Amino acid sequence: MLTDYLPLVVIIVFSVILAFLVVALGHLFGPKRPSEKKSMPYESGMVPYGPGQRRMTVRYYLIAVLFILFDIEVVFFLPWAVAFRDLGLPGFLLMVAFVVVLEVAHLYAWKKGALEWE
Amino acid sequence: MTLSDFLTLLPAIVLLAWGVIMLVVDLFLPTNRKGITPLLSGIGAAAGLGVNFALTGYSQTGFNGMVVLDGFASFTNTLLLISSLFAIMLSYDYMRRMNIERSECCALMLISTAGMMIMVQAYDLIVLFLALELFSIPLYVMSGLVRGKISSEEAALKYFLLGAFSSAFLLYGVAFLYGATMHTNLAGIVSAIQGGAVQTVFLMLGVALLLVGLAFKLAVVPFHSWAPDVYQGAPTPVTGWMSVSVKIAALAALLRVFVIAFPSVAAQISPVLGVLAALTMIVGNVLALVQTDIKRLLAYSSIASAGYLLMAFVPYGQGEVASDSIAAGLFYMIGYLFASFAAWAVVAAVEKEDGKGLQIADYAGLARRHPWLAVAMMIAMVSYIGVPPTLGFWGKFYLFRTALEGGLVWLALIGLLTSLFSAYYYLRVVVVMFMQPGETEARREVWVNLLAVVSAGATLLLAFIPWQLLDLASTAFLRFP
Repeated sequence: MLTDYLPLVVIIVFSVILAFLVVALGHLFGPKRPSEKKSMPYESGMVPYGPGQRRMTVRYYLIAVLFILFDIEVVFFLPWAVAFRDLGLPGFLLMVAFVVVLEVAHLYAWKKGALEWE
Repeated sequence: MTLSDFLTLLPAIVLLAWGVIMLVVDLFLPTNRKGITPLLSGIGAAAGLGVNFALTGYSQTGFNGMVVLDGFASFTNTLLLISSLFAIMLSYDYMRRMNIERSECCALMLISTAGMMIMVQAYDLIVLFLALELFSIPLYVMSGLVRGKISSEEAALKYFLLGAFSSAFLLYGVAFLYGATMHTNLAGIVSAIQGGAVQTVFLMLGVALLLVGLAFKLAVVPFHSWAPDVYQGAPTPVTGWMSVSVKIAALAALLRVFVIAFPSVAAQISPVLGVLAALTMIVGNVLALVQTDIKRLLAYSSIASAGYLLMAFVPYGQGEVASDSIAAGLFYMIGYLFASFAAWAVVAAVEKEDGKGLQIADYAGLARRHPWLAVAMMIAMVSYIGVPPTLGFWGKFYLFRTALEGGLVWLALIGLLTSLFSAYYYLRVVVVMFMQPGETEARREVWVNLLAVVSAGATLLLAFIPWQLLDLASTAFLRFP
């Protein structure tokens, strides 16, 4: 049974060796002419500003929690929608129960002011 | 999916629904009327208790064998519901006085109790894990209920991190068990083990990790280090409730899983359980000796109690002895529940708004000013030690007897010696209350005082009908499928 995993082990070992090899070769033989542009973290991306470990306002945390709340809703809704006809009335009623609980959470967040930024 | 599936979980469903309703009710209550939610929550818990009594005697599985309702579940559900009812009584005045009157507390308590009840009824390891999270997450929130108090925040964070850690252990164990047996359902695991096509290494790893995950929740040494800090930092009613309910739920789940699915590894696991129980009794009692804070003292005492409870499950693979010893364990839980709530009610009554009044020295002279409370505390302490005529005595008596029947003389001896040892610090509280001069003031709040008297009275009076209670506990176990 464990022999099934042999290709996986080969890939892992091979990719580690390859990664080291590529970096090492580039380091040994590549020309080194640094400029200001080249030394930036993203040479062709956004220009970074400020320190990398800035503190975030805690409000983002609430947004993240609410995002998860509705994300889970979608995760549950999608398979239900696919199997809607097969599940019939019991499936529908269970989904209603789920939505009621979800909406209670939404209502709670709303009344407690989690949706207001200021 | 039929209606009888829902019947299997009806007590938990009642509590969950009521908890959700409580959250909504709270949103539309004006700030000066928040006191009504504990009363409403109490009605919900009482309704759950009623449903639970109505369902006692039923024996069925539901949701494709994922949950089960049997005598064992009904018995532990009753204890859990009584515990949450007591905790709501305890928090009614306390929360207002400490200015943390948030109705979330009672709603979370109901939801968490529902999680514990589902955990006791779980017949599938995934349901077990889900229920564990359902009762743990509200607990993390409730330990941090006193926002702005450093110790409470510390308690919440510590509990959350270590709780998440222990959940990971448990889940890893479930994964190994699935790898070994290709089932998460207990019935499936049993048939796979009997079929013989099981990888023993994975099975043992899974069983061990499962044990570690649940031992964290039980605060068994060496997985106990979070307990004193969390118990000290959390609001007193939450602490009292947590120290009782979590232990009942985690032990019941441990018991159900191990007795049903893993009697085949009892030869390897029983010595481990024995050492854990012995360590827990010794460490809990020794560290309690040097505590000056009453909440920490009770925390270590609850760790020691986890050791005594664990003792009941050491001979779980020995057939006849197993059912006796598990009945003794369930019996010990009854005594532990009543004694604990008597003690915690007194602590809540003596505690001051500014967080003072929690040192043992602060109890000086309580007997003169508030004889009822002092006597209640004394009964609780005496029951913890295991002195007749209290429930604690019978609990320890049955536990040690079944340990001897199971051939565990050394464990019974350790239990006996640590109990003797524990008398010193329990009686010190009694001495301070009755013999040292002082002017300790306690609250004259109806519910807290009533709870102290009722629990202490139950600890004392139920000790006169130990055989009936033991019968109840053993029939509860015999109906186990």
